[in-house]
Amino acid sequence: MKKEEVPQDDANMLEGKFKVVKYALNENGEFEKVPSVGWEPENVALSQAWDVIHERVEAARQQVLKGDLSPLAYHMEKNMMDAALLAQHMDLPARKVKRHLEPAGFAELDQALLGRYAEVLLVSVDELKQVPR
Amino acid sequence: MSQPARVIPFDHQQSAHCETGVISNLMRFHGLPVSEPMAFGIGSGLFFSHMPFLKMNGIPVTSYRILPGWIFSRFTKRLGISIRRVTFRDPREAMDELDRVLAQGLPVGLLTSVFYLPYLPKAFRFHFNGHNIVVFGKEGDEYLVSDPVMDGPTRIHRSALIRARFAKGMPNIKGRMYYPTQVPADADLRTAALRGLRRTARDMSTTPLPMFGSKGIAYLAGRLRHYERRLGEKDARLALGNLIRMQEEIGTGGAGFRFIFAAFLMEGAKLLNAPALKDMALEMSRIGDQWRDLAYQAGRLCKGRAEAHITYDHLADKLADIGRQETAFFKQLHQCAKQL
Repeated sequence: MKKEEVPQDDANMLEGKFKVVKYALNENGEFEKVPSVGWEPENVALSQAWDVIHERVEAARQQVLKGDLSPLAYHMEKNMMDAALLAQHMDLPARKVKRHLEPAGFAELDQALLGRYAEVLLVSVDELKQVPR
Repeated sequence: MSQPARVIPFDHQQSAHCETGVISNLMRFHGLPVSEPMAFGIGSGLFFSHMPFLKMNGIPVTSYRILPGWIFSRFTKRLGISIRRVTFRDPREAMDELDRVLAQGLPVGLLTSVFYLPYLPKAFRFHFNGHNIVVFGKEGDEYLVSDPVMDGPTRIHRSALIRARFAKGMPNIKGRMYYPTQVPADADLRTAALRGLRRTARDMSTTPLPMFGSKGIAYLAGRLRHYERRLGEKDARLALGNLIRMQEEIGTGGAGFRFIFAAFLMEGAKLLNAPALKDMALEMSRIGDQWRDLAYQAGRLCKGRAEAHITYDHLADKLADIGRQETAFFKQLHQCAKQL
C-alpha cells in the first residue's frame, strides 16, 4: 500500500479522539506509519456488529416491558453479556443468574445482590430495576 | 490517602498493533530501540489460521497472527530478555503490586479488556480481553497510560483500571502484568531477526493440518464459498463482517498484518544486508493490497451494496488466489532465509 492509498473514510468510529496508524510505502520506497481516520469495510463490519447488539438490547427491552423477562436481562444485553459471562462476573452459578433473569426470580433479590449486579452492569440500583420506556 | 505523584519519563510512540507497540515502547525505555515491525518480525507474529471448531460468539475464529502473548514471549526469548509476568486472584493485590513496581521507576505492561477502557472510542469497545497497554505513572487516583494504538498518552481512573484488568470471559486475564527485569546491552538484533524470519517462513509453509499456514487460506476459501447456502443470507453476512473485523480492526494493524510484516522485511533487508528481502517486502505489500481489495468487496456485500458479480463464489475465488500467492511467497521466503 502506498502512502496516498491509506484509506481516509471517516464514519466517526474514532469519535475524533485520535487517528489509527497503518504502515504504507512512502516516496522513498520505505515503510512509514501513516495516520488514518478509518476504512470503509471496517466501518461497515463494525456498524454491522453494533446493529446485532442493538437488536438484541431492543428485543430484551420489549420482553421486559411485556413482563416475560426481568430488567436484569436488558442490562445484561446492554453490557453485551450472556448469562454465563454475567455469572462469572458475579461469582454465581449460571443457573442462579438465569433464575434472576425471570421477573419472579428478580423480585426475590436482596439489596446486597442487587448492589452487586448494579456494580457489575455499570448502573445504579434504581436504574437496574427499570428499562427505558 | 494522598500519595506523591509519580511519573516515569516514558516515550510513547503510536503503533498499529497493541502487542508489538508495547514491546517497542518498553524496549526503547530499557535502552533497546526496536521498531514495531522489527518487534513483530523477531517475535514471528505473522500466521494464518481458520478454525471452524473454535467459535467466539458463535462465529468461527479466523486469525492472521500467532496467539496473543506469543509475539512477546518469542521476542524476549530470541533476545535473551528477562521478563517478570504475574497474575493475581485479588484485585487489590494486583493494584498494590502495580504501585510497587511503578515506585521502582519501571513502566509496567498490562493485559486489559477494551470493553472497560473508557478512553477508547465506543465503537471499538467489545469484550476483547487481550489489549496490551503500558502504565507509566500515577497521580492521585489516576494512572498514566500509554495505549499503543493512540496518538498520545492518556489517563484512567483506578476503579476503571481494576475492571479492565479483571474482566472475565475468554480468556480470564486475572490482572496480568509484565515488565522486563533485564535487557542485555549487547542484544543481537541480526540473529534474532533472522531466527524470527525463518520461523515465520517455516510456520506458514510447513505447519500440518489444512487450517493452518498459507494453505489455510484456501481452506477458508472453500468454506466461504458455501456460506450463503449453509448459513442463510443474514448469518453469512455476519460471518463475512467478522472476517473483515479480524483482518482489520483497531489493534490488528492492517490487511491481516501483511503490511507490518512487509515493513519488517524492508528493515531486515538493511539489517541483514540482504537486498533479496527488499523484493520480498514489496511482494508482501502487493499481496497485502489484495487482502484490502478482498475486504473492500466483502464490505460491499455485507452492506448489500455489491455489484451483481460480487458473490460469495467470487470472494472465495479471490481468497483462493491470495492463498496460492502466499503459499508461493512463503516457500520462496523459506528458501531465501536458508541462504542468509
